[in-house]
Amino acid sequence: MLMTALILLIVLMILGAIVALESKDLLSGIISLGIVGFALTIIFLILQAPDLAIVQIIIETLTLIILIAAILKTTRTDTEEEFGTKKVFIWLCGFAFIVIFFLAAMKAFQHMPEFGSKTLRMARTYIDSGLSRTGAANLVAAVILDFRGYDTLGEATVLFTSVAGVVAVLRKVGRKRK
Amino acid sequence: MIVFILAIILFLVGLYGVLVKRNLIKMAIGLVIMEYSINLFFGLVGFREGGTAPIITKGLSESAVLVDPLPQALVLTAIVIGLGTTALLVSIAVRIFEKYNTFDIRKIRKLRG
Amino acid sequence: MKGMTLIVKRITQLMAPSIFLLGIYVVFHGHLTPGGGFAGGVLIAGSFTLLVLAYGSDEMRSEVRKWRATFFESFGIFIFWFIALLGLIQGSYLFLNIIQKGRPFHLFSAGIIPLCNIAIGIEVAAALFAIFITLAVLRIGEKL
Repeated sequence: MLMTALILLIVLMILGAIVALESKDLLSGIISLGIVGFALTIIFLILQAPDLAIVQIIIETLTLIILIAAILKTTRTDTEEEFGTKKVFIWLCGFAFIVIFFLAAMKAFQHMPEFGSKTLRMARTYIDSGLSRTGAANLVAAVILDFRGYDTLGEATVLFTSVAGVVAVLRKVGRKRK
Repeated sequence: MIVFILAIILFLVGLYGVLVKRNLIKMAIGLVIMEYSINLFFGLVGFREGGTAPIITKGLSESAVLVDPLPQALVLTAIVIGLGTTALLVSIAVRIFEKYNTFDIRKIRKLRG
Repeated sequence: MKGMTLIVKRITQLMAPSIFLLGIYVVFHGHLTPGGGFAGGVLIAGSFTLLVLAYGSDEMRSEVRKWRATFFESFGIFIFWFIALLGLIQGSYLFLNIIQKGRPFHLFSAGIIPLCNIAIGIEVAAALFAIFITLAVLRIGEKL
């Protein structure tokens, strides 16, 4: 029952992604991207991760708002494609790279355990002694802010840098062309 | 095991969008799809059969099965950083359109001062 | 862009403070219930975004500059670094838990985790709101 729901939702995500990349109108492609994000929220709820579902649904909405605002300012139609030898060459190189990547992933998956069977050795320590060592009942918050606090510090710095980059790019007017 | 293979197929769809497409907005959409697929893969790795959410409540028995909290902590920051990356890419794309009046990457070749 | 109709504006006046209050609740109870600093922060940013979208960017263009989004973002990071350095001053290493652990399942427990949640919540909310108004509301070349 659980595996059937997971497989159906991931197939829905793949179909939504293919429609998002192949549509001629850019606005329809971005709305198809919303299907991928909302299906991921439902998958996070099925996999018993409520923190991730809350963050994912709002970040998905904000991504759609940013992309649609960029489309409405500039243009709406896709660029034209023409056929030629250069386009066939790019397609072949792209597909060759994708096939090699897929074969390497298949070889690496033979060493992975089955879906839903084993817990890592580190997680066993967190589950058993998390409440007594930190005092927090939410184990994910205890892992983020007490056991691995440096990662949160790095994430805050990366977010700060990206906001500084966005404000710096869109703020100054360039030189006029002669 | 088949769910892992499907997650990698979603990653490959995003990779196709970044490698083959010519429009800047299509490349940004491909990058967003790649980020979603990696978050999905991490969420699938940490799952245990018959487990519940990793939050200890008052009525929890001693031998209850909890889901792994470590991959969830890694994905929680990755989702927010993905929005920062997308915002920076879209702002650069808007600036490029204002100067060259197209999103096609084959026409944005001449570097001016 | 123009704003939306009168019904949407009235409903937004009722709903945006409720979403803001829900976000503050999720931040404060981050060590007891699902949520924490990141989830509460994005909820607070979502409530402000709802206000700006409902009233239109023509009216709100001069209002959002008074809300000082970049100042609050720097303030949140500064508080987080200050809490991290308190351990270095007092004891041995960074991020030392210097407050008492307290009894479990109560609001004032778990050391420095609630304070860190508040700092992260302020920082993430201000950062996401600054990204939104720079890309969608202001014109190119206008100062934040």
